[in-house]
Amino acid sequence: MEVKADTTVCIGAGMCALTVPDVFDQSEDDGTVVVLRSPVPPELEDAVRRAVTLCPSGAISAS
Amino acid sequence: MSDLTLPIDRQRPLDPPDEIAELSRQAPMHRLRYADGHLGWLVTGYAAARAVLADPRFSNRPEKMHPAIPARAELAQKGGFRLPPGMFLRTDPPEHTRYRKLLTGQFTVRRMKMLEPRIEEITNACLDDMEAAGGPVDLVQAFALPIPSLVICELLGVPYEDRARFHEDAKVLVNLETKAEDALAALASTMGYLHGLIQRKRKEPGDDLLSGLIEGGDLNDEELTGVAFLLLVAGHETTANMLGLGTYALLTNPGQLAAMRDDPAVVDNGVEELLRYLTIIHLGPFRLALEDLEIEGNLIKAGEMVAVSLPAANRDPSRFPGGETLDVTRPAGGHMTFGHGIHQCLGQQLARAEMRIAYPALLRRFPGLRLAVTPEEVPMRSHMSIYGVHRLPVTW
Ligand code: SF4
Repeated sequence: MEVKADTTVCIGAGMCALTVPDVFDQSEDDGTVVVLRSPVPPELEDAVRRAVTLCPSGAISAS
Repeated sequence: MSDLTLPIDRQRPLDPPDEIAELSRQAPMHRLRYADGHLGWLVTGYAAARAVLADPRFSNRPEKMHPAIPARAELAQKGGFRLPPGMFLRTDPPEHTRYRKLLTGQFTVRRMKMLEPRIEEITNACLDDMEAAGGPVDLVQAFALPIPSLVICELLGVPYEDRARFHEDAKVLVNLETKAEDALAALASTMGYLHGLIQRKRKEPGDDLLSGLIEGGDLNDEELTGVAFLLLVAGHETTANMLGLGTYALLTNPGQLAAMRDDPAVVDNGVEELLRYLTIIHLGPFRLALEDLEIEGNLIKAGEMVAVSLPAANRDPSRFPGGETLDVTRPAGGHMTFGHGIHQCLGQQLARAEMRIAYPALLRRFPGLRLAVTPEEVPMRSHMSIYGVHRLPVTW
């Protein structure tokens, strides 16, 4: 599973970093999403899907 | 023609108004009569609420909005809806984006982790004082209010000694029955105070968020004052009422209280469940359609208002089966108490950190914690835009 993030729409709510800290972090400057690893290992796919639905701004996608 | 007006009165303290529950059983969206006669919408379904809040074709700017309740209609007329700059909650992109980006770095999950030891210290100091005073005490004054108040004041760099003033103003502002001139006076009083504070910080910066924003140089004093106001009020009223009302909910549901107290693994989800179940934002959010659009098969015309009932959305049985009961072990993630879309709460990770520390610390320090009055005698904040308890007399 590949993960993509669009930092121009990210509002830094941090739901991604809270849900899957192994895959998502937030930048120190402006709090926007940072993808730590892509593709993601199979055991994290469910959690990543959850993070995608929890993200309030639609900034992250997985395919 | 609809004669439905926004239901506010609750029949039971922890449940949304029966009328709202009945409406959400019938359909996810309803025509709603606003206080000035405007015919708009009320959304009670989870999916529809998400769709509205995530849709950029809705505006959150106050100018053209129709008030949903009479007291706010008076305020709108007297100019209360022309908000000062910096209150970015009530702006749209790209203005909103600019403010939000300046602030998000301060509220990341990692930053909040770094704050945890300080939140623990503050919590323990409140508990020490309670223990020394002996029960009964008002848990709102001894615990629920001081913790978020101290934390947000420290974070922003607002002297805690000055709190009495803005606590009073905040109470006036969130009271749904406040007269327009009183609301405007309270707004002016806190804005005036914060403006002075920002000018002082320009001369003598500290190691705090407001000083950091001043140094960043992106905002002028008026904008900084608006930002400071928004963060200060939001940081106080919300978490304080979650801690007060949440403790009331646990004390009146002893099995749930025991789980939160005795099983550390329950706490994180228990906090989410309390957020979902209590949904203290009991009025709005409101949005204005900028163009004709369709939500769940309903045509919303440009210029029409939509009121989203978060308490109803958070109890939608298609999303949270059995959600009318409090169950700290239910997977409560995905609730909309912090909103959804670009305005989703900036301080949500701070609120989570405070609650995850404060609830278990309170319940473990006082294992015999109980109400000092009957549950019916606890005064509820029925006419405030943030729901909760006015006072919570407890003993142990
Ligand atoms: S949850 Fe979405 S909006 Fe929030 S930080 Fe992650 S990507 Fe950005």
